[in-house]
Amino acid sequence: MTTVAGSSEFYLAQFSAAEGHLPGHDTPWAAAWRRNALNRFRELGFPGHRDEDWKYTSVKALEKQPFDSVLEPSSHLALTDIERLIPAGVECIRIVFVNGHFSRALSDTAAMPAGADVSSLATKLRDEPAAVQSLLENSPTVFRNGFGALNAAFMTDGVFIRLAPRTVLKRPIWLLFISGDQDRAITSQCRNVIVADTDSQATIVEHYSTTGGKATFTNSVTSITVNDNARVTHIKLQQENTTGFHFSEIDVTQNRDSFYHSHSVALGAALARTDIRVTLQAEGAECRLDGLYMGDGRQHVDHHTRVDHVKPHGKSTEYYKGVLNGNARGVFNGKVVVHEQAQKTDSSQTNRNLLLSRNAEIDTKPELEIYADDVKCAHGATIGQLDDDAIFYLRSRGVDEALARNLLTFAFVDDVIRRIEIAPLRKQLEQTILNRLPAGTSLRGLV
Amino acid sequence: MLSIKDLHVSVAGKPIVNGIDLEIKAGEVHAIMGPNGSGKSTLAHVLAGRSGYEVTRGTVTYMGKDLLALSPDERAHEGVFLAFQYPVEIPGVNNIYMLKAGLNAIRRHHGEEELDAVDFLSLVREKMKIVDMDESLMSRSVNEGFSGGEKKRNEIFQMAVLEPRLAVLDETDSGLDIDALKIVAGGVNKLRNKDRAIILVTHYQRLLDYIVPDKVHVLAHGRIQRTGDKSLALELEKHGYGWIESKAGAA
Ligand SMILES: Nc1ncnc2c1ncn2[C@@H]1O[C@H](COP(=O)(O)OP(=O)(O)OP(=O)(O)O)[C@@H](O)[C@H]1O
Ligand SMILES: [Mg+2]
Repeated sequence: MTTVAGSSEFYLAQFSAAEGHLPGHDTPWAAAWRRNALNRFRELGFPGHRDEDWKYTSVKALEKQPFDSVLEPSSHLALTDIERLIPAGVECIRIVFVNGHFSRALSDTAAMPAGADVSSLATKLRDEPAAVQSLLENSPTVFRNGFGALNAAFMTDGVFIRLAPRTVLKRPIWLLFISGDQDRAITSQCRNVIVADTDSQATIVEHYSTTGGKATFTNSVTSITVNDNARVTHIKLQQENTTGFHFSEIDVTQNRDSFYHSHSVALGAALARTDIRVTLQAEGAECRLDGLYMGDGRQHVDHHTRVDHVKPHGKSTEYYKGVLNGNARGVFNGKVVVHEQAQKTDSSQTNRNLLLSRNAEIDTKPELEIYADDVKCAHGATIGQLDDDAIFYLRSRGVDEALARNLLTFAFVDDVIRRIEIAPLRKQLEQTILNRLPAGTSLRGLV
Repeated sequence: MLSIKDLHVSVAGKPIVNGIDLEIKAGEVHAIMGPNGSGKSTLAHVLAGRSGYEVTRGTVTYMGKDLLALSPDERAHEGVFLAFQYPVEIPGVNNIYMLKAGLNAIRRHHGEEELDAVDFLSLVREKMKIVDMDESLMSRSVNEGFSGGEKKRNEIFQMAVLEPRLAVLDETDSGLDIDALKIVAGGVNKLRNKDRAIILVTHYQRLLDYIVPDKVHVLAHGRIQRTGDKSLALELEKHGYGWIESKAGAA
């Protein structure tokens, strides 16, 4: 039997050489946790087409080439490389990871308020492992699929954030994950652990970018706990270039009367998959999931979301839009499960897709499972082209066809972007999206 | 200015317009009346260049050019304007942005300089007065959430900004209350001039009390059955379309 260059065997074989370099290797429980994860990865491997959750997303292309883990930090980037990625005018706490390792030189944590315990996960595992033990050991992300298990086994770093009760962050925490190497294909495996304690509030941006060069494989996991009455806004930006393979899992647990607002903006990578799972495990919790995905060329972009309403009076609102052009393929699967005790649940889910070309494709599947009887749930998905009546109306006013199409496409997309509360980010995303539209420069003065 | 000769149009393989001849000179206002489904909007759409209409015979010459060879936006650049019977709502596309893009495209076409934001806004303010347009509507998306009357006003406001040579107003009076009708009709009258031709499609004689046409045509079964002056509209009002249809049948 021959093994494929980047198959699960490749990563399994690398582990013994990597293990001693990974954070927490000299802490027995952490080392055991990793080995446990590795065994889980051995069992699961990478997901295949027989796996219902991966029916429309094949990872065969990922398995065709080996991606090296970068075991020691070595940043080749300058501050100017970083600064152009974050929109001008955003005042934030900046935490930068290069190829899976925290970079102190590129980060700026001067504005960190008291009450926010923020550090790199590797540092935390070295200096204060007890603070993260139960958070790591109890995370279900290790066991659900091969990617989560692989991440736990090989995780090199990530962010640890713990907001003490009543801590309110005025500035967003901007987590910037940059990957890329000129000479070899590399993988970046970060794990982020975020806990917002009672009555705290924060906005966290999780931003993925690549520097070019050889192919990259991002495999990240973010666990977020939103405790009683806390509010977390979480903006995930995926802007890797098209040599990127991007896999990311976001696992959120919400407690009483908490609020979690997720934005997932997926514009890049050759193959991108984001899983968002929110568990409303106490009464009165609310989550909003907004998302935008755009694909062109041969890009493949997949979102799987799942919201579990476990207790009464929960609310979830989901709004995802996709624009597919060229031969791009989109996948959206949104599942809402209303458990037996979750009476008075209010849940709505919308997924709208715009196909700009004949060969673009979308597979969309909203799923609703209801085990309680007194609930209000609605869901729906649409797939369509640009509205001919609207195009004709605009043209009859003198607007040429290309501009009319761009205006309508932009309007479709901007509806989601406008939900983001950081104005300079909104503007930058709008500009990025305009530049991606065919003849996008004709939309002068729009943003 | 506009010369339509023996125009035949089919929609989805079904003949709708069956030989229209129409000559309109600069400065004239022509009213086109006719029963539901007689082909009035079809004619208006064909003039504006909407796809889905197949011209099976005949010609349309506008300012010496073959109008049918031009795309909808090229027609707009050449000065053709359609006020829609059912204006389209376009969420997310700002009214002002659309108009500015349209007007500047028209100006570029004529080798004129584009208007900047400041000049454009002052033009807009001035033109809004013509139909007593509420300023708050301008910053909204095109027709989105506008009442029926606001939509119709918006059409005439757009006409005022784009200053077409040939304006086709398809039932701009429908759905307007009497006060709004007076305002809109007053706006159209202000836009009447010796260089501009206007085609008014309407069901109601009352519009023609405010906008007095040079000619009235009655369309039925995709053909112009009668042409006359304002008094033809009064006769129609008295006798109904049946009167024309029976005459057409007898002819
Ligand atoms: N896309 C289409 N497919 C099939 N038939 C069509 C289509 N568009 C128009 N028609 C038909 O063409 C005929 C003429 O329609 P048109 O809209 O031109 O009438 P109209 O005179 O404007 O009527 P109204 O007074 O009700 O506005 C109607 O019978 C209509 O059903
Ligand atoms: Mg009509």
